[in-house]
Amino acid sequence: MLPFIEKPLKNAALEVQEYVRMVAATFHGIFTRPRYRYDIVQQFDVIGVGSLTVVILTGFFTGAALCSQSGLTLDAFGARPIVGRLVSASMIKELGPVLTALMLTGRIGSGIAAELGSMVVTDQINALRALGTDPIRKLVVPRVLAGVLMAPVLTIISDFVGIVGGWIVARFQLQVASGVYWSSVTYGLYTQDLWMGLIKPFVLGFAIVTIACHVGLRTSGGTQGVGEATTVSVVAGSVAVIAADFFVTQVLIVLLY
Amino acid sequence: MAQAIEQQTATEILNETGAPVIVFDRVKLAFDEKVVLRDISFTLIKGHTKIILGASGSGKSTILKIITGLLRSDEGVVWVNGSRVDQLSELEMMPVRADLGMIFQEGALFDSLTVRENVGYKLFEESDMPMDQANRRVEEVLGWIGLAEYIDRMPSELSGGQRRRVAIARAMAFKPRILLYDEATTGLDPITATTVDEEIIKLRDLEHVSSIVVTHQLRDAFYVATHMAVVGQDGKVKIVPATPAKEREAEFIMVRDGLICFEGDADALRNSRDPYIQTFLS
Repeated sequence: MLPFIEKPLKNAALEVQEYVRMVAATFHGIFTRPRYRYDIVQQFDVIGVGSLTVVILTGFFTGAALCSQSGLTLDAFGARPIVGRLVSASMIKELGPVLTALMLTGRIGSGIAAELGSMVVTDQINALRALGTDPIRKLVVPRVLAGVLMAPVLTIISDFVGIVGGWIVARFQLQVASGVYWSSVTYGLYTQDLWMGLIKPFVLGFAIVTIACHVGLRTSGGTQGVGEATTVSVVAGSVAVIAADFFVTQVLIVLLY
Repeated sequence: MAQAIEQQTATEILNETGAPVIVFDRVKLAFDEKVVLRDISFTLIKGHTKIILGASGSGKSTILKIITGLLRSDEGVVWVNGSRVDQLSELEMMPVRADLGMIFQEGALFDSLTVRENVGYKLFEESDMPMDQANRRVEEVLGWIGLAEYIDRMPSELSGGQRRRVAIARAMAFKPRILLYDEATTGLDPITATTVDEEIIKLRDLEHVSSIVVTHQLRDAFYVATHMAVVGQDGKVKIVPATPAKEREAEFIMVRDGLICFEGDADALRNSRDPYIQTFLS
């Protein structure tokens, strides 16, 4: 094979292989002992509580802007009163999960890659192993658990705040009565939509954190390498979120609707 | 059954004086095209010190990483405390590492933990030792290396020399029988480096720890090889010139381009006529 194709292909295959190995080791670490409970609780705090502000702000302004834009479009059809239905469906099925995941990629993915990358280049990961600790159990498992379980919680909060943001715009800018808005919000929602909005964040949270951990643990090349790892983590995580969202949506449409 | 008998025999042999605790037999390692170790063989005797010298990039640190199982050799056999580690998985290496302490270049202290948590890491996280007992051991070890008052500081608040000494304290806290020092004095001023050297000597002579010291600092290498620790009549530890017998317990290895180009004691190294060694020593 041509050398200039062979090397990138081999590198890509190696990255995929190492990612799969890390994910397999993570699942093994989740279901077997030892578990580092303190680290797990700490990561729930860092990833969950720590991301609350950014998720609330993003959700609120997205819901408000969505309502404002939708109001203009719906006016053309004289359908302004059903703006709540559009906001709730869009937020819960699509915007809530994806925007929350993108915010987590920026905040958590970059942080994880930078932290683990720094630990690699300063030999702290080797020191952990030499002291008898499995870095996957100590560092990756707590982050993956926190990412997978907190992403849905944050998404629910983002959805709710977004709908509230939409209500404020609907009430004070579009002059839609509160009762009309809220009945429209609930009227437009089906159980399948709720499942769609709840299942997606589990997958997206898993993708964000595992990619960040993988990139962080594969860091090389000193402080410059840490910078590169952080960038790669955010870029790869963001693309993975958008791509995973598409594929999960297709699967769930087949399964739920 | 046979494996249990073998393990028991190995344990009995290792308890004897002069037992080999680390054996490298024709070890080779390459990263893609780059050959790091071509053919490395040596034996570390219980309670002795092996000082590995060599230029940067000669493969010295790689030897330590193979011993601890952080890297795996391509060929050859590596024995550590009676276990053949070149074939062990990460999980199987854990019991071997329980008796190995390693001091990394720059210390490799955990940034987010205090000195107490760093030193007691293994006791707090990886052992069943009660918390108060673990804390006592941490205080004892920090007192031993003279950093008791820094127990609640963060690593970023310590000087380079203090970080290395905390790294030594972390490695010795769980009482391993083998300590591996990877450039423990590189980048330190001579006075601080001597303090670190004295810790290495004290651990070897008073705690009977077998050690491998990787360095390219000749001054520190010869200081460790030619001095010994004794407890004076007043109960205080003194570092004094080593007796000829004690000096012979410290053996030098010179690594060059992945091969051992010299093996012998301090006198033999000083008197070597090899041009490369003479250049290295000059």
